Amino acid sequence: MALLSIRNLTTVFNCQEGMVKACNNVSLDINQGQTLGLIGETGCGKSVLGLSILKLLPVNAVSSGQIIYNNQDLLALSVKEMCQVRGSEIGFLPQSPATALNPVLRIGEQLTEGLQLHQGMVKEKARVIAMDMLKSLGLKDCDKRAADYPHQLSGGMKQRVVAAMSITGQPSLLIADEPTKGLDAVNRAQVIDLLRQLTIKTKASLLLITHDLKVAVALCDEIAVMYSGEIVEKGSADQVLNNPLHPYTQGLVASLPERGLFPIPGYSPSLLDDIPGCRFYSRCPIRNENCKHQPVINREVNGVHVRCLYVDQSGGTQQRIYGRGFQSEAV
Amino acid sequence: MLTYISRRLMMLAIVVLGVTIMTFVLMNVAPGDPAEMVAMARYGLENLTVEQVENIRISEGLDAPVWIQYMHWLAHALKGDLGRSLVTGDPVMQEIMVRAPATLILALASLVVSLLIAIPAGIISAARQNTMLDYLARTGALLGASMPNFWLALLLILLFSVTLGWLPVFGYGEFRHIILPAVTLGTGLAAITTRLTRSSMLEVLEQNYIITARAKGLQEGNIIFHHAFKNAFIPVITIIGLQLGHLLEGTVIVESIFAWPGLGKLLVDSIYARDYAVIQACVLLFAVLFVVINLLVDILYVYIDPRIRYEKKG
Ligand SMILES: Nc1ncnc2c1ncn2[C@@H]1O[C@H](COP(=O)(O)OP(=O)(O)OP(=O)(O)O)[C@@H](O)[C@H]1O
Ligand SMILES: [Mg+2]
Repeated sequence: MALLSIRNLTTVFNCQEGMVKACNNVSLDINQGQTLGLIGETGCGKSVLGLSILKLLPVNAVSSGQIIYNNQDLLALSVKEMCQVRGSEIGFLPQSPATALNPVLRIGEQLTEGLQLHQGMVKEKARVIAMDMLKSLGLKDCDKRAADYPHQLSGGMKQRVVAAMSITGQPSLLIADEPTKGLDAVNRAQVIDLLRQLTIKTKASLLLITHDLKVAVALCDEIAVMYSGEIVEKGSADQVLNNPLHPYTQGLVASLPERGLFPIPGYSPSLLDDIPGCRFYSRCPIRNENCKHQPVINREVNGVHVRCLYVDQSGGTQQRIYGRGFQSEAV
Repeated sequence: MLTYISRRLMMLAIVVLGVTIMTFVLMNVAPGDPAEMVAMARYGLENLTVEQVENIRISEGLDAPVWIQYMHWLAHALKGDLGRSLVTGDPVMQEIMVRAPATLILALASLVVSLLIAIPAGIISAARQNTMLDYLARTGALLGASMPNFWLALLLILLFSVTLGWLPVFGYGEFRHIILPAVTLGTGLAAITTRLTRSSMLEVLEQNYIITARAKGLQEGNIIFHHAFKNAFIPVITIIGLQLGHLLEGTVIVESIFAWPGLGKLLVDSIYARDYAVIQACVLLFAVLFVVINLLVDILYVYIDPRIRYEKKG
């Protein structure tokens, strides 16, 4: 039984321009202690998917389907019940630490308020735990920092504070939205290390949203590839990255600098548009007329789910388009 | 911070100079002979003689050119001497000290009324955006903003004093006397503050740090009143500061209607009597108050918004 199973999750924003379908019929599972990487280009709906799980989207967003966590459907929970889940069962590490901290509250308060709420801790005890957490994340002068306001911290420090905030409640599942974005190599390695430790120490599951395939390789057991609101491929990290099946995943891997930086030509379709066939059609190197109109179904090939009509049973598309797969490297 | 404050105090001097010069000029271009009007106020219309008018003109220096009159006034004012009332002959300072508390009390009461209405209304309006409550608050704000003070005052008097007989039309000294004037002034102020609180809250509620706060599992009440309002309040303070200026202006009208014995009524009365010394002193006081209040608001900022530190600016 998976810790979190998402079934047919569709999230739509009602906007003036129409309905933006940012998540389209997404199904995913995350097992206890497992790390699932969610990769895909910017604007494909990764953050929306993460926020849908915690029901943190603005009021114009409507989610349908099921999000089963510990045998309860999160979409059916009331606001009050959701508050019990957030922070203590499922933690959230937001995308941009620069804007994720409240500018008029001290760091210490922002770190401890969750603990005080969920664990009913007194301030002093919560503070000790939060300071320990900050120290273990390598932040110096923690006590002095706790009295600071966010604008007094550097970007790397904010990153650590936000990371500490998301895990102080010891959640069983952490949703980390681009935790390494905008960090230099050293900081990035530290954050990766932190997330790895976290998943090992607390046996927490991790939904890791990232652009960075290197980070995905370093941390993930499974990988799901998202394109224009849909999951186009999901399977073990090793298979998806080293033997990508979907032409989009292949393109993604080939667009890495060390693979020669081949960009995928064209743009992804607007999320406002309903497309009868494959959403990758306009950019696909192996497309054919069927792809334009025929509904695409998920197929399973060697344990990998792939959303493409032309992936054959032997475990590859007819032709290898972009050369070799992705070799994992030390990060 | 200290350099900032001293710079602002220098600006205060310039503002005061400008305002008093302007008042002087305006008083002198206004139609009517000041000496005659002062004499009228002093001795009454029936037994007014030409000698009396001319005596006043000479004794009060009203025959000198305007700029000499001004320099004369300024020289004394700098020494802390605001002169004597042309009508009663009492020292102006004394008159003002008697009147100021009434205005201060009325201004404070109006501010309290406006905040008691505006802050909850603005917050609820934002937290329940596009619901009946929101529409109600917005319509109320529109009404409040478009209703002139004097009209609202008359309506309130009609309803609560004349028809229901609950509250006195005018008077001073008891709590029930201040209700109508404070409500008249307060509701007008509340309208603008409500709208600003609402829009400021709506903007803050969309920020990423609100999502972070929600992600911690904090309850909606905590998010709105603590995380959001603390941020949303910052622009609201500016407006409150600016409004205090308008509040002074409002007291002039409202005090006259309710016969409230404050500076506003004093100013209006002395304008009718062309009591230059008193007019000038009232205007001076209003100008100083206006600038000082705004300075206080700016200083208050530092305590509310940790990102602002004035000494860092050049
Ligand atoms: N409040 C909203 N109203 C309307 N559309 C929205 C809203 N929030 C997001 N979207 C749409 O949803 C799409 C997916 O956004 P999302 O933030 O999930 O992208 P992402 O995959 O996380 O990209 P990135 O890697 O840049 O973070 C975007 O194209 C955006 O247009
Ligand atoms: Mg994102």
